[in-house]
Amino acid sequence: MNAVAAQRWNFWGGIITALTLVWAILWAFPLYWGVISSLKPDDEVVRPYIELWPETPTLENYVSALTTTQIGAWYVNSVAVAVGVTVITIFISMLCGYAISQLRFPGRIALWWLILASFMVPTSALIINHFVLVANLGLLNSWAGIMLPQLIHPVIIIVYKQFFDQVPKDFREAAVMDNASEFGILFKIYMPMNWGVTTALSIVCFIWTWNAFLWPFLSVTRTEMMTITVGITQVNDAFGVYYARQLSAAVLAGLPVALAYLFFQRRVTEAITLSAGIKG
Amino acid sequence: MLRNSRTERLVALVLVAPFLAIYLLAFVYPTVQMFRISFTDAPLIGAGQWVGLDNYLRLDNDPMFRRAVWNTAYFVLMTVVPGTFIALLIALGVSRLKGRFQSIVLALFFLPYILPVSVVYLIWDWTLNFQFGIAMHVLDWLGIPRVPVFKSRVWFLPAVAGVTIWWTAGFSILLFLAGLRSIPAEIYEAAALDNSTRWTTFRRITWPLLWPITSLVFTIQLILQLKIFDQVYLFSIGGRPNDNMVLVYYVFQKAFQQNQGGRAAAVAVTLFVLVVVVSVLQFQLLRFAERRRR
Repeated sequence: MNAVAAQRWNFWGGIITALTLVWAILWAFPLYWGVISSLKPDDEVVRPYIELWPETPTLENYVSALTTTQIGAWYVNSVAVAVGVTVITIFISMLCGYAISQLRFPGRIALWWLILASFMVPTSALIINHFVLVANLGLLNSWAGIMLPQLIHPVIIIVYKQFFDQVPKDFREAAVMDNASEFGILFKIYMPMNWGVTTALSIVCFIWTWNAFLWPFLSVTRTEMMTITVGITQVNDAFGVYYARQLSAAVLAGLPVALAYLFFQRRVTEAITLSAGIKG
Repeated sequence: MLRNSRTERLVALVLVAPFLAIYLLAFVYPTVQMFRISFTDAPLIGAGQWVGLDNYLRLDNDPMFRRAVWNTAYFVLMTVVPGTFIALLIALGVSRLKGRFQSIVLALFFLPYILPVSVVYLIWDWTLNFQFGIAMHVLDWLGIPRVPVFKSRVWFLPAVAGVTIWWTAGFSILLFLAGLRSIPAEIYEAAALDNSTRWTTFRRITWPLLWPITSLVFTIQLILQLKIFDQVYLFSIGGRPNDNMVLVYYVFQKAFQQNQGGRAAAVAVTLFVLVVVVSVLQFQLLRFAERRRR
């Protein structure tokens, strides 16, 4: 490569980098704008010109969102449902993934195909019958009712199976020789070896459940039982035209997942790539 | 060993049982029920009379169903193709950056994906607000007349498609980045030695080697967007849901607002079949791509 060509290469490279940066800032701007607007007093929010920073920053919108709506209860509901779904899903999926990976039993192949096939089923087509089922169980407007249809994430079983498949067979054979129980083998050998996957999957499972909209929206009719994702969209009347208060409620709803992502960025991206690569 | 294999079976049963129980209750049973009630005139809750294929035959002459199919197809077209393309462009830009700088820029693109749909809705409803939205100030400044985006029949679906691309691009970007990382650096070094231009390098190396990821992103997006509901529902609040009808919304309306469980189930089965067909195609496509890679 001669000098002129190299220079041109670097010049265009610089342009592309600059464009990417500008694009990234524009991309994230609505998020910034939402947060900034939520920190403005009512009269500033509706000014007919653009102010990129509040003149008198205030938390009054947050105070009012917290005191005039049931956002506290929604928070509790969201945390309970998301933690419940995550713990149960991770636990049952790990057990099932371990069994399929390490044990030989009749129906193993059939079960594996059943799990693979369930990828194809769109759960949003099942809303009618989920509703009938949960209503018949008397679980509408309850945490258990919001959780039940969300407990099935075939992808988590598949990821666990693949990770357990990678553990060398010697570990298991040695443990069997030592007369270790099957549960002992799972909890003392296989689980500690895969803590990384377990944390990564738990974080994304929590985020998925926190963000779920359609089912929590259908299965809850009482305002105090709503999850925060649904709650903040269902009480527009309470806010009237107070955009800033609505936005402060949105910030409160998005904060936990945004923080979870920013703290565990590497884990989250790892888990998401894992779950997608396998979806194929 | 004989005794061992018996305990092994027993242990396997115990380990598989919790998942299997929930799976049968919350997945297999509702799926079977969906098919069953689609042949009856059942309300949302309660039994109905067997009506054979009547619910399906009605769909043929149902203008609202046609609109739902058409709008869903239109929405899929507007999100999947541009969405994949934009995500690829962003991934190419981000992949050039290094270290800490790269993860900050990636986070800016990725953050929307991590947020709940209702937060995305509130942010964009505010940004595009007809009276006070910042986007309208920009339109004023450009001398373009303001548009009540989410109240307009023409602009509703394109706008929701745009918001959806913004919301979900992060996921596709991640997959593209993983794909770009797996292309060996030596290939690019060889191309640079051959004085290959940026465009030729992309066309001859990056694009063909990235093809399996591109088709994966494309089909995942396709399946995801066929199931569009949340955004359309939210942005239609106080607007005209009937003009913006999509398939899942129609299931919701028939079942939960008009109390026609059987008819709603027929629409749900249609969606179900559509998604399964696309998924099978995707699976075949990937198997084909994998075989070619080996």
